[in-house]
Amino acid sequence: MKYSLNVNGKSHTVEADPDMPLLYALRNDIGLNNPHFGCGLAQCGSCTVHLDGEPIRSCVTPVSAIGNGKVVTLAGLGTPEKPHPLQTAYVEEQALQCGYCINGWIMTAAAFLEKKKKPTEAEIKDALEGLKCRCGAHISILKAVKRAATMMG
Amino acid sequence: MTKIEKNSAFTRRSMLMGGGALVVSIGAGISLDTLLSMQSAYAQGAKPPLTPDQLSSYIAVNADGSISAFFGKMDMGQGLFVSIGQMVAEELDVPFKSVKVIMGDTGTSVNQGGASGSTGIQLGGKQMRMAAAEARRVLVEMASGLLSTPADQLTVNDGIVSTRNDASKKVSYAQMIGGKYFNVQLEWNKQIGNTLYAPGKAQPKKPSEYKIVGQPIKREDIAPKVFCQEDFCTDVKVPGMVHGRMIRPVIAGAVPVKIDENSIKDIPGAKVVWEKAFLGVVADKEWDAIRAAEKLKVEWSDAKPPFPEQAALYDHIRKAPVRKREIGGKEAGNVDEAFKTAARVVEAEYEWPFQSHACMGPACATVEIKNGEVTCWTGSQKPHFVQNGIALVLSIPVEKVRSIWVVGPGSYGRSDADDAAMDAAVMARAVGKPVRVQYMREQGTGWDPKGPASIHRARAAIDASGKMIAYEFTSKGFSRIDVNTNGGAPKDTLAGHFLGTELKSADGFGVPAESYEFDNKRMAWETIAPLLDRGSPLRGAHLRDPVGPQIHFASESFIDEVAAALNADPVEFRLRHVKDPRDIAVIKAAAEKAGWQTRPSPRKDQTGAKVSGRGMAYSQRNGTRCAIVAEVDIDRSTGKIWARKFTVAHDCGQIINPDGLLHTIEGNIVQGVSRTLWEEVKFDTKNVTSVDWISYPILDITETPQTVDCVFINRPEVAPSGAGEPSIRPIAAAIANAIFDATGVRIRRVPFSPDRVKAALA
Repeated sequence: MKYSLNVNGKSHTVEADPDMPLLYALRNDIGLNNPHFGCGLAQCGSCTVHLDGEPIRSCVTPVSAIGNGKVVTLAGLGTPEKPHPLQTAYVEEQALQCGYCINGWIMTAAAFLEKKKKPTEAEIKDALEGLKCRCGAHISILKAVKRAATMMG
Repeated sequence: MTKIEKNSAFTRRSMLMGGGALVVSIGAGISLDTLLSMQSAYAQGAKPPLTPDQLSSYIAVNADGSISAFFGKMDMGQGLFVSIGQMVAEELDVPFKSVKVIMGDTGTSVNQGGASGSTGIQLGGKQMRMAAAEARRVLVEMASGLLSTPADQLTVNDGIVSTRNDASKKVSYAQMIGGKYFNVQLEWNKQIGNTLYAPGKAQPKKPSEYKIVGQPIKREDIAPKVFCQEDFCTDVKVPGMVHGRMIRPVIAGAVPVKIDENSIKDIPGAKVVWEKAFLGVVADKEWDAIRAAEKLKVEWSDAKPPFPEQAALYDHIRKAPVRKREIGGKEAGNVDEAFKTAARVVEAEYEWPFQSHACMGPACATVEIKNGEVTCWTGSQKPHFVQNGIALVLSIPVEKVRSIWVVGPGSYGRSDADDAAMDAAVMARAVGKPVRVQYMREQGTGWDPKGPASIHRARAAIDASGKMIAYEFTSKGFSRIDVNTNGGAPKDTLAGHFLGTELKSADGFGVPAESYEFDNKRMAWETIAPLLDRGSPLRGAHLRDPVGPQIHFASESFIDEVAAALNADPVEFRLRHVKDPRDIAVIKAAAEKAGWQTRPSPRKDQTGAKVSGRGMAYSQRNGTRCAIVAEVDIDRSTGKIWARKFTVAHDCGQIINPDGLLHTIEGNIVQGVSRTLWEEVKFDTKNVTSVDWISYPILDITETPQTVDCVFINRPEVAPSGAGEPSIRPIAAAIANAIFDATGVRIRRVPFSPDRVKAALA
């Protein structure tokens, strides 16, 4: 089947099995390496992208379910010239070790901070519950999200 | 700028030669002959062999004056390359930002052991420091000839050598050697790996002269990652590449006896790779490879389930014949006689489960075989050994294999990365195309080499006056080297096992690293045989601080138990017996910073469901000392523990980069809390059943410690030791001791999951 996907503001045509998760279309057909395969089970967050502004786990979302939705990956969130506050905060706080997990944290936090201004630390933790970071960068991640929240007012 | 240079994106020669011809404009009258003789002595256009005895194997001055530092270890996300850049820049007297550290490519660096045992700075940095110092010495000597000035009247600033009394008389490193190679022999000790050491004639700087070493410098690889400009090993793509997936037996030890290829005939391009017990599939598209691996009908041999029931694990360890026993540490007095005279004996036994690396993503490697030459892109933290392993499994000369490390999804020891590299090599040979293999989650957690399970027995003899007169500590467990610390040989990889090589389990464990002195003391370890002689998902291997957390959970819990039995304050009791001055310093520093109040544990002033406690633990690790005070909150009604605050006193000798050290310790603490509170590999008689993040839970952000408060004891005159692992070592005991302080209940089995804690407190 052919699918037309709107990713980071550009249209792409992908030929794929309807059940193929979006992750493989993004990584292999469109060439966006940034969402990562972590579990294929929606348990860790490494593959997180936005679909119409909502964080989804692209490892379990069939490509056939995207329709006309707008997909944004971490690469589409910001650039070095126009960074998203979370990207700036991540750099400032050195909020990763290996960095394989960052799609989950940054994309989930970005969607959360769009809706929730001036969140408490408990609210931030609740919003990010269930995401995995194996290196244990959690202390810096929390600092980075708090810093970004302040930047986003 | 200093950053990780992309290994695959350049050739060393093109980089070095980019600046064209040598140009020297020095004003002073110098003959062409002099210039040429200086160059032929120390510099050459042709590349010397990439061997440990060549200065060019570590340091190059590029045509633009920037420095390339070729490092045979690599950074696993703790910013090691920043520290190496600082050490090199310091010795060379060049700006920090002009040094690029290029890591982990067998085509550009010698085997310095890869990431290993927290030795990145301790051993790897030591070598890079000596190489950089030698490079500076040589360059100053060259400048001495060119400027007709004795070397001791020259000074170096930002890579420019000038005379002390006339700064206009100068020549730059780039002018002298930029774009060429050093032709300088080092005094190599003939070792490879961690112990490789090849100094030149130069002496490194005195710490009092440091300008760059000791400064907090941030990593510059964070921005490329958050802006998606840096690839992981999972992102490597090679023209003509196909995707591979491995198929593992349902019952560990079973081998495929029949394959129904018809079962995947509808999947485009899907092919089976089957050789002996090695089984996988490839397909042009990744999703098709995944589907084919799921759908392929395989008949397995009737293997006997190889494992005990999980509930019987520790009994199995207790009863298993001892394969090797070794006494470690400093033995004192006569322990057996002393126990006969004891007025009182305190005894305890502790248990630690198998644990998984459970890397953030399952391992991935890509292998291309082209014109008899093999290139492997791997996340393995020991790519130089992967080179050897692939050469052996493919039966080709090692010089025909290039292994290139590309950052992987986390690495904390001998993980599944080395297995994936070997699998990809076997698959690439079988299908005649480049193959990218990535494991699935259940393989990443279920089939990675495991941190070994163990039991630990301790006893203390107390005399009539209440003095501890004898101490005996014995660990018994699976070996930490059923498979070696690297994938350097088929016997150490799953591919090797499945192709017919037996596991050759070696014996490795350890004893507590501390400086307690008692009149009578004996510490020993005992190993037992692995549960399966090949292809085991429970093969023991190095997992961050190999067997350190196990041993020190037990030993530092036990010291606390003795203190409690003697109604002594846990810090005060430690200080009675710890003799090493640096150990004493970290214990005192942690206690003071944490506001430790002297009193015995447990505290007796709390009622209700929610209670709090504090606990201390300390240990050494290869020269580094670390003492930790944990403050934990416990909900007795749920068994849930929040390890709320850690105060960490850390002495690793000379500190190279305090910023990197802080983040390294924070990572150790969080991962250590995770391993203590949650992590246990589950299995049944047939196989490992921990196969995802539900069946192998780790710490969640909601459980992150609120505070990690660090005291760094910097000792600039003491050679730097490691920081990658020492602070994960005492965490479990610090938490256990805090739980005891809060509740009066001693938990002697990890993990302290809510159900277990609740049961213990009931």
